[in-house]
Parts: sequence; C-alpha cells; structure tokens
Amino acid sequence: MIADLMRTVRLGLKSLMLHKLRSSLTTAGILFGVASVIAMLAVGEGASKEALDRFRDMGVSNVLLRSKRPEETQASSSNSRFSINAFGLSYAEADRIQGLLPTTTVVRVREVVRGVVRGENWSSTITVGTEPDFLRVTNMKIREGRWITPLDLHNQENVCVLGESLARKLFPLENPMNQTVLVGTEDRFRIVGLLDYQGRAAGAAGTTYDECVFVPLSSSRRRFGDTVLNPTNNRFENIELNEIKVQARDGGEVEAVANVLRELLLPKNGSSVHKDKGDVEITVPLELLQQAEASKRMFNLVLAVIASISLLVGGIGIMNVMLATVTERTREIGIRRALGAKKKHIIQQFLVEAGVLSALGGLAGVALGMAVPYGIEHFFEQKTLILPPHVLLAFGISAAVGVVFGIYPAWRAANMDPVEALRHE
Amino acid sequence: MNTASNEVIAEFVDVHRHYQMGDNIVRALNGVSMQVTKGDYLAIMGRSGSGKSTMLNILGCLDRPTAGEYRVGGRDVSRLSDDDLSDVRGREIGFIFQSFNLIPQLTVLENLEVPLFYQNRVGAESRAKAEYLADRVGLGNRLDHRPLELSGGQQQRVAIARALMNDPLFLLADEATGNLDSNTEKEILGLFDDLRRDGVTIVIVTHNQTVAGHADRTLWLRDGQVECIVDNLAERAAGSAAEAGGHA
Repeated sequence: MIADLMRTVRLGLKSLMLHKLRSSLTTAGILFGVASVIAMLAVGEGASKEALDRFRDMGVSNVLLRSKRPEETQASSSNSRFSINAFGLSYAEADRIQGLLPTTTVVRVREVVRGVVRGENWSSTITVGTEPDFLRVTNMKIREGRWITPLDLHNQENVCVLGESLARKLFPLENPMNQTVLVGTEDRFRIVGLLDYQGRAAGAAGTTYDECVFVPLSSSRRRFGDTVLNPTNNRFENIELNEIKVQARDGGEVEAVANVLRELLLPKNGSSVHKDKGDVEITVPLELLQQAEASKRMFNLVLAVIASISLLVGGIGIMNVMLATVTERTREIGIRRALGAKKKHIIQQFLVEAGVLSALGGLAGVALGMAVPYGIEHFFEQKTLILPPHVLLAFGISAAVGVVFGIYPAWRAANMDPVEALRHE
Repeated sequence: MNTASNEVIAEFVDVHRHYQMGDNIVRALNGVSMQVTKGDYLAIMGRSGSGKSTMLNILGCLDRPTAGEYRVGGRDVSRLSDDDLSDVRGREIGFIFQSFNLIPQLTVLENLEVPLFYQNRVGAESRAKAEYLADRVGLGNRLDHRPLELSGGQQQRVAIARALMNDPLFLLADEATGNLDSNTEKEILGLFDDLRRDGVTIVIVTHNQTVAGHADRTLWLRDGQVECIVDNLAERAAGSAAEAGGHA
C-alpha cells in the first residue's frame, strides 16, 4: 500500500518533470502563499509575545499606580524655578489603600536618580527605595545574598541590592557581596544581595531593573529627602512615592481592586486631586494582557483571511495546470485504461500529481517562510517567533489545497471514454 | 500443423453495436458471430467503415455491444460494469497498438510493469518477468531507456512484451505494423509467428494483406457483418500442394 503510493508519487514527479517551467511556476503560487503566511505569523507571534511577556512581567494580579509629572502649565512654568513642584502619590495614600483593601499587598516604591560609584566605575541610575514585599510582587529572584528585610526598613539601614547588569558594571572583576558603593555624593551603602537577570523594564522608561540599585524605602527617604532636584529640567520636585504596586490576592480579584483604586484616585464622575492635576496613572496589566490577546486574535483572523485568499489563488493555478495536463495526456489516460486501469486509478494518479505539485510548493514556501523572519530579525531588530504547529498547518493546508483543486481535473480524466482517449492525437 | 485446440477463449454471439448519430442509427456491427480458440491466429480485415474498429473495441472490452453476447474465457462480459471491464482488460487481454502507445516519461521497465501495477502485482516478480520478456523480444539491454530513445521497431517490441506481461488469454493487435517500414514489419510479423508457435493466441485487425497472410484464418467484415472466414492454412497447404504437384 505504502509502496504503491510511493510509486505513484514517483511517477507523478516524473510527469511533472516533463514540464519543469510550468510546474515550478504553478508551485510558485502556493509557495508565496505559504511563505507569506508563515512569515506573517512569525512576525505577529513575535510582536505579541513581546507585548504579552511585558504585561505578564508587570504581574497579572497587580494594579500599578504611578506618579507622573503633570503637563507644565503657563502658571507653573512662570513660577520661579526655585519653587517646588509637588505632585504624585503620597505615603498617606498608600496607607489609605492598604486600609481600604486589606486583602491586597501594597508595595511603596520611590525612585531617585543618583550616580552610583565604585572606585573608577560608576553609573547614573535609578535608586529604587522599596519594601520587602517588592520582591514577591514583582516576582524577581535573588541570585546571591538576601533581599531587603523589615529590620533594614525599621533601622533605615544603608544596605542595598544590585541589579544584575549594574553589579557587572561596577564590579567587573570582584564579587560585590559585602562591598560598599557610594550612592549620590555622601552615602555609602553596603551590598547585601544580588539579583538574578530579569530583562524587564523598570517603572521608569528606558531603564531595566537590572540596571537599578535597591535600598530600603525608609533609608531612601532619610538619605535623599522627599525633595529632589530633577536633573532633566533643573527643578526641585517633591514626589513622595513614584509607584504603588497593589497586588490582589488572585487574578479574579484584580478587576474589583482596579475599580476601587480608579474610583479612589481617578473617579470617572466627580473630581479628585490627581484627576485635576493629571499626575497619576493606573495600569492594570491583566487588562492590557486581555487587550493584547484580543488584538492578537483579530490579527490572526485577518491573517487567516489573507491566507485563504492566497491559497485559493494558488489552488486555482493548480487546477488550471492540471486541466491542461489532463488534456495533454489524454492518450496516456487511454493507454492506462486499456492496460487495466480503473477510474479510481486514474483519479488517484492525477490527485497525487496535484498533491505533489502543491506539496512541493508548500515545502519551498516553508523554507522561504522560515528564512524571511530570520532576515527580519536580523535587519530590523523585530522579534519574530516561528511556531512548529503553524509551519505544519501551513504545509498541510497547502498539500490539501492541491488535492482539493485536483479533484475536478482528476474526475475529468477518469471519466474520459477510453476509446476516444486512445484515438486522441 | 494446427496447434489450435477446441477451447474457445473469445466468442461473439450475434453481436450488434449501434450508434445514435443525430436522427440516424448507425449499425456498425449488425449480428456478428465468431469464435477464437486457444492457439488461434486470426486476422480481421475489411474496408474502412466495415466495422473493424468497432469490433476491435468490443474485443478489447473498451466498448460494450448494444445487443448480443461477448464471452471472454467463457464469461459473458457484455453487461459488466466499467471497473469489471477494466479488470478483464487488465487480466485477459494484451493490447498492441499501431502507434506503440508507450508512456513517454517512463522507462522500458516501467512501461512493462504498467499492466501489473493496476493489479497490485508489481514487485521483484514483475521485474523478473519484465526482464525475461524484454529478453525474449530482443531488448534485454534496453530496460532503462526511454521509449523515444528507441526506434519504431524496438518500441513495438516493447509494446509486445508489455502485452504479454499479464499472461493474457489473447493478444489483440491493431494495425501493429502500420507505422513501420517493410523490413521492420517483417521482423515484427516474424515475432508474432514465434509467439504463435509458442501457443500464444493472436487476433490482429488490419487492412494489410501481407500481415493477414501470416494468420491462420482471416475474417472479412463488410457492412458490419461477417462476409466470410478464409482458412489461410488450408489455402497455403493447397498452394504448396499445387506447387509440389507442378514440380512433380
């Protein structure tokens, strides 16, 4: 049975080789259809995976409240540059949220831009002042040493934990553990822990947690004060907290928590300090994740339509060529019928030929479709992701297209009158 | 010497074949009865329009009689389904055509295996048989050639070998030498003579007297009916007897 099929496939190949140019032009239709589907899926998968990973990294059971610098109004900028620009989230608000939502974990985060120096090595980076729960809420891992403890917080200890790339930058040759770094100009912090590589963005744009130094929140407040000079606009700013991470007990609670926080900080109806000022934004990673998934589904739907159209076009090409082939080989059909071929044999022969034709196109399409994302990744720095099931699906459909569009030509071939077919010149 | 036994392997019983052509009915065959016995070498002759082609098609199970019976190996095949007719063609009949009708993209060996392929009998055995038959028709060293690399005579030899692959009840040749020059024609007819001597039954449709002259009997068709059946053996015997008498 298998041997018979192999033989039929081999004979099909031989017949296709009679018209190399025609056969390859026909397969080109399928080739480009399959290639474009695989390439587009890979690009789409890559892009959406990036987005989905980013939102997942934020924590699907978290609600993130961030302070943001309000738009500068005429009034505020005309103020003296020595006036203090106060905005954002406060300690009091964090306490109120914890009181209002007792089942959640509230983590306060304060970000101060400071130079971090170790001997000749230094880095201008974000000093993240935070609490022990930060590690769990952000789902980060300690590589060596320990994380910030409640005792550190209580004693306002000058201890710190380094992000992975910051540690490598400051201590290219030695082990950083228990060494000290100078944060800002006068405060020395002892390194008690090192973080694993995270590869994810910190709250502030353009920075990753790997480049940050982490200190107890109380120490940050004590050493740096609430009022800091913003080096980008040379103005003094007073921001108590840059971020409050609120972690719900589980994913199901996120929406309720998000609604309470929105109502509290940015009510839809009515007003609030933050709403008027525009200095707080609320991010719900779960919602973003769901949106990203919805838009991915939409993208896949559009892609499926495009794929169907291109495979339909390819299939029509195959049918066209198979009809020509059947007409051309009328005599061969007559001979085979005279030598004992039943209709089903003739159908099988031409179906296999059509299937081989489109499967060849499909194979070439798979090769091209896998090469294109590679090139895109290389030249455009756009992440792509080729999933094996997609490749198999695209190839399988292409082969099926050949068989489906081969049915009519094969049926025509099988139903020729053998006598007429033999007389055909 | 007549090797024909009395076993009837193909038999027409009052066979009619009518075609509807517009308002007219064309009676291509109009009550033909005849028998082919085992070991027979029968030529069918007649002018064009006499019903030769129709008779060939029915003999080859490519067409069915409108009325009457056609028996192959004792079995009435005139009402068989398309699939069953294909089986009869594949098992009982060895076709030889005027224009050889080899499949151009296949090698000689593959062409020889085609009839057995449709009966799922391709394998080591079919290969051995193809080699044996190719040898027998004098083309043992050409198995890997394509038909178009062979001369007309060689192609017809391949076609004859192919017709023998399924051990048919009889060979059915249609103007088997029509596309060949006279020397090659002689060779092919010689090959038929050899086959006949080995007991192969041959039915050959032709309008060529030389070809028909090799057969044991000639059936003359005229207007869809059997005009007469000439016993060539008897005539040849009479001829040589007369010749011998003349010399005496």
